[in-house]
Amino acid sequence: MIAVQDLRVRFGAMEAVKGVSFAVPHGGAFGIVGESGSGKSTVLRALAGLNADWTGRMSVAGQALGPKRSRAFFRRVQMVFQDPYGSLHPRQTVDRALGEPLIVHGIGDADRRILRALAEVALPAASRFRYPHQLSGGQRQRVAIARALMAEPEVLLLDEPTSALDVSVQAEVLNLLADLQAARGLTYVMVSHNLPVVAHLCPMVGVMQGGLMVETLSAADLRAGRTAHPHTTALRALSTELEEA
Amino acid sequence: MLVDIRNLSIAFPSATGPSLAVREVSLSLGAEKLGIVGESGSGKSLTARSLLRLLPDNATVTADRLEFAGIDVLGASERVLRGIRGKRAGLILQDPKFSLNPVMTAGAQIAEAFRAHRRAGRREAKAAAIDLLAQVQIRDPARVAGAYPHELSGGMGQRVMIAMMLAPDPELLIADEPTSALDATVQAEILRLMEDLVSRRGMALMLISHDLPLVSHFCDRVAVMYAGRIVETLAAGELARAEHPYTRGLLECLPTLTHDQARLPVMARDPAWLA
Repeated sequence: MIAVQDLRVRFGAMEAVKGVSFAVPHGGAFGIVGESGSGKSTVLRALAGLNADWTGRMSVAGQALGPKRSRAFFRRVQMVFQDPYGSLHPRQTVDRALGEPLIVHGIGDADRRILRALAEVALPAASRFRYPHQLSGGQRQRVAIARALMAEPEVLLLDEPTSALDVSVQAEVLNLLADLQAARGLTYVMVSHNLPVVAHLCPMVGVMQGGLMVETLSAADLRAGRTAHPHTTALRALSTELEEA
Repeated sequence: MLVDIRNLSIAFPSATGPSLAVREVSLSLGAEKLGIVGESGSGKSLTARSLLRLLPDNATVTADRLEFAGIDVLGASERVLRGIRGKRAGLILQDPKFSLNPVMTAGAQIAEAFRAHRRAGRREAKAAAIDLLAQVQIRDPARVAGAYPHELSGGMGQRVMIAMMLAPDPELLIADEPTSALDATVQAEILRLMEDLVSRRGMALMLISHDLPLVSHFCDRVAVMYAGRIVETLAAGELARAEHPYTRGLLECLPTLTHDQARLPVMARDPAWLA
């Protein structure tokens, strides 16, 4: 579904991503972990078309991507950001936020679709005419996910979707993402610094350090400690150390 | 007893009458490391800040006792409070980007904290600042002292914050989510550093966080807060023996690397926990 080959992204003189390659099958989930500044979000943003200054080859559903993306691309690929406070317009209701992708892509039947989307992310129908500040953090992230689903995409790009949430809410959102993937056959690429979260949702994980993907391994290998690169081993040790305490 | 709190309640006015954010919280603290854990809105930060009387103006605070080192914080004058805030009790906040002054060098900010609480000349304060930066394990303290906050990484910034708080040699350090803006590797480094400094100086530490496993790793005792109340206090090593369903729920809903689960258990909140 998604193929990225030798992706390089630079910001001025600084090369943030130095040749990253990975592939995600249809209906699969690929996780990218790494520390701040490792380039993991930059990969995701380049894939989403939010960064035009890249070289290499990227394709989604067999179609090669250029610096400019077609409308069909933006319908097929949607993104969910870390901070639902920042990604929802504070003065627009949930109804407006969910209706906008329908207008942009010329999809009719807004009323029914909005209600269905709210039900799908387990939000009460009453929240339709609320403003973001009237919702909790978890509810806001559900709205952001519902909005991403409005255009009926095939690929969801998730940038730290749960790191701004409380752990109990994180569990609910992760379950929701797993359910949606099973129900709609979505393909996920998720970026996070939290290894257990990534391993929970993604069967394949890529570890980034200093702009390079230093290791790609299965979640099962990660759990079992079959790591090849010292950075992966170190990241894993930090997570398991706390669990064993 | 360094900190003694009995029946602390904090209320905020709302359209439907006063709403209680902290309800009858009691806790005491000697020279030890106490973790306060809870989710957003559980009242953990308010409880800690009430010790410095750093609460929003519209908060109503009532307590049978709210003492820091024998001083009644509720009845204290601003002058007395100045002797506590920053001097005998330091406060470290979540994001050094917002708590450091962007137009002062790190060294100047630490020196200012030093001079505000101790009689010292400029030169002495500057030397102390560099010494403090060395104590928080910054390899090149002289360079960092001359750097502005935007030139420092998150972990470095938080070290500078810690150095600044240590300058007046306080008895208590309150750290409110000190590492949640940092990477996991840096997070562990900063907490280890704080633990080490606190033990070496015989200080008390109040560590506030939403991360229960992390806190229990670095503290002696953990108080779990839910909806303004302490629902359970545990010795840090006894996390597995937590009894309250909320504490158990917090632990169970975390995805782990060691066990693979198809679905994460979701917390069912029992209204009885509020009673």
